[in-house]
Amino acid sequence: MLNNKNLSTYLLVTPQTLIFVLFLVLPIIAIAIVSFWNFNGFAMTPGFTLSNYLGIFTSKVYLSTYLNTFKFAAIVWLICLLISYPVAYFLAFQIKSPQWQTIWFLICTVPFLTSNIIRMIAWIPFLGREGLLNQALMGLNLIDRPIEIFLFSDFAVVLAMVQLYCLFMIAPIFNSMVRIDRALVSAAEDLGSSSFQIQKEIILPLSAPGIAIGSIFVVTLVMGEFATMRLMSGGKSSSVGYLIKNQIDSLQYPMAAANAIVLLLLALIVVALILRTVDIRKQL
Amino acid sequence: MNISTSTTATTTSKNQSQIEQALQNNAAGVLMNSVTKKYGSFTAVEDLTLEIPAGYYCCLLGPSGCGKTTALRMIAGHEEVTSGDIFIGGRKVNQIPAAKRSTSMMFQSYALFPHKTIWENIEFGLKMQKVREAERRTRVGEMLDLVGLSHLGDRKPDQLSGGQRQRIALARSLVTRPQVLMLDEPLSALDENLRVRMRTELRKIQKQFGMTFIQVTHHVEEAFSLSDQIVVMTHGKIDQVASPEELFDTPASQFVAKFMGDNNIFQGKVINCVQDSDLDLIQLEVEGLGTIFCRGHGVVIGTEAACSIRPDLMFVEPYSPDLPAKSSLAANQISARITAVEMTGYVTRVCLMAESTGQELLYKVRTEDWRSNSLHEGQLVVLSWSKDNCIFLAY
Repeated sequence: MLNNKNLSTYLLVTPQTLIFVLFLVLPIIAIAIVSFWNFNGFAMTPGFTLSNYLGIFTSKVYLSTYLNTFKFAAIVWLICLLISYPVAYFLAFQIKSPQWQTIWFLICTVPFLTSNIIRMIAWIPFLGREGLLNQALMGLNLIDRPIEIFLFSDFAVVLAMVQLYCLFMIAPIFNSMVRIDRALVSAAEDLGSSSFQIQKEIILPLSAPGIAIGSIFVVTLVMGEFATMRLMSGGKSSSVGYLIKNQIDSLQYPMAAANAIVLLLLALIVVALILRTVDIRKQL
Repeated sequence: MNISTSTTATTTSKNQSQIEQALQNNAAGVLMNSVTKKYGSFTAVEDLTLEIPAGYYCCLLGPSGCGKTTALRMIAGHEEVTSGDIFIGGRKVNQIPAAKRSTSMMFQSYALFPHKTIWENIEFGLKMQKVREAERRTRVGEMLDLVGLSHLGDRKPDQLSGGQRQRIALARSLVTRPQVLMLDEPLSALDENLRVRMRTELRKIQKQFGMTFIQVTHHVEEAFSLSDQIVVMTHGKIDQVASPEELFDTPASQFVAKFMGDNNIFQGKVINCVQDSDLDLIQLEVEGLGTIFCRGHGVVIGTEAACSIRPDLMFVEPYSPDLPAKSSLAANQISARITAVEMTGYVTRVCLMAESTGQELLYKVRTEDWRSNSLHEGQLVVLSWSKDNCIFLAY
């Protein structure tokens, strides 16, 4: 009996474990191994060298790319948070009927009905030199020559990323906000809180798990970005993801692997820091 | 229009702490004067006039949608009055916002802040009032002492038992020294056992502080066991204001008699009314059942009215063809058939059906007493009760 039960438990977890091991653990191990291999300019050769890692930490170009990646992650995270918190609050607290909450939430997801790349490309005719935005501003006589920084700039990168990833922040914050007992808000009001104090003392702390989960999504997604970076900056700005992609294109696999490992560790550190600050278990 | 702010003599303990004394001196009465609340065309509370003396435990009792919660929220200031005035301790509060009304509210399931410690929960109201840190510390400490939970200051609410949570919720509400404490169905989310214990404790704490408590409930037993004063409401109006005993013995209307639970009600026409020593003796003609004698006053002969008899004040005996059931001044009698017998513990509920009209009736008897007779389901019996226990209901 007992054996049978044990066996069925093991069988039940087997598929998930297999997928996990085959498609996540093994590839990462492979990448970690390759990151220590040699590269002679044409091909990689098995071995053990730290030169790939030393290269990363001693090269100014690499370091500034890492810094740039962090900068974008931080900016996009902050803007996403500033947009998502009020949106989630509106959905959770101002819309009373659950039906309308669902409808409004679905409206938020409409942009996700098209692929990432298409959505980014759609920005180009809008923001470009001859784009809709510049034409509209010129038509209104607000500017007399097209503004260049709308497209192929850091601004464009941030804009596109915010649009891409905002929902990943809205959803978890909304999710933790709808779970807040409305009586808590009434109780705080009754005890003399202003609406600002209610935000600060009640709603913000209680939606912190949602904010943390959203932050993990946004930060890790932005840190691994390369397509948006390439497309929207017009190649002017670089990220670690884009760097790795270039190195793979030029067959520098050990270097790309070393970068991937460093990026992975950095992302994990950020996630660990977020989890240390906020207890997200209540959310799960 | 002024209500005395002096406290009643419910508390007579000698060694009262400062807070207890402060709270008791603070306790204020509440007066609602022709208060009406409308939501669009819907009238939630209509022309409500009610006086709750200081230090009383008052329950607003009624079915859901009767306006009791709206009334409570208007006193607390969470809801504006459409017309009429509300006074707390003689001060008109219509224009004063909730936070400045010196009332405090205890919510369903207590609404303790789950992310704050017990200490922070209690401190919250003082912090919002910008009380200085040093004073906050003393007052929260005192309050925790008073509810006997000083050792739990660092815990979070979910680490507390139901009873401890209630005491913390009370402490949080009382630390700002309100004049009146409102309780919005605080016990309704609890399971039966805990509810009874929490109820006892609520009453104990109310007596300890000599505070004015106003509680909303739809639970008759809860209202009976807690209150000095019960306000029965229906359709936004007050049906009866009375002490629990009075309400139990002499419901004022058919609605109240029904809401109290199991009273048997007979509707009929007043055919005679005789002045008697204290209460008039009234003769009611019930269609199909004959005459029923009851006590009451304010009676107009010829009007449609009703009377009510408590199910525990009736007697049952086997029917015998020699003595058919017939009401007299000695006893009201009707014949009925037993349809079901439910043993519920100490009490046995006997469901009956009037033989001539089919009206459902209920008889309650001590289980021990029921066991000593030989009556059984399906048997025809005579139900009898005294005219003096039968309460006339004018409406």
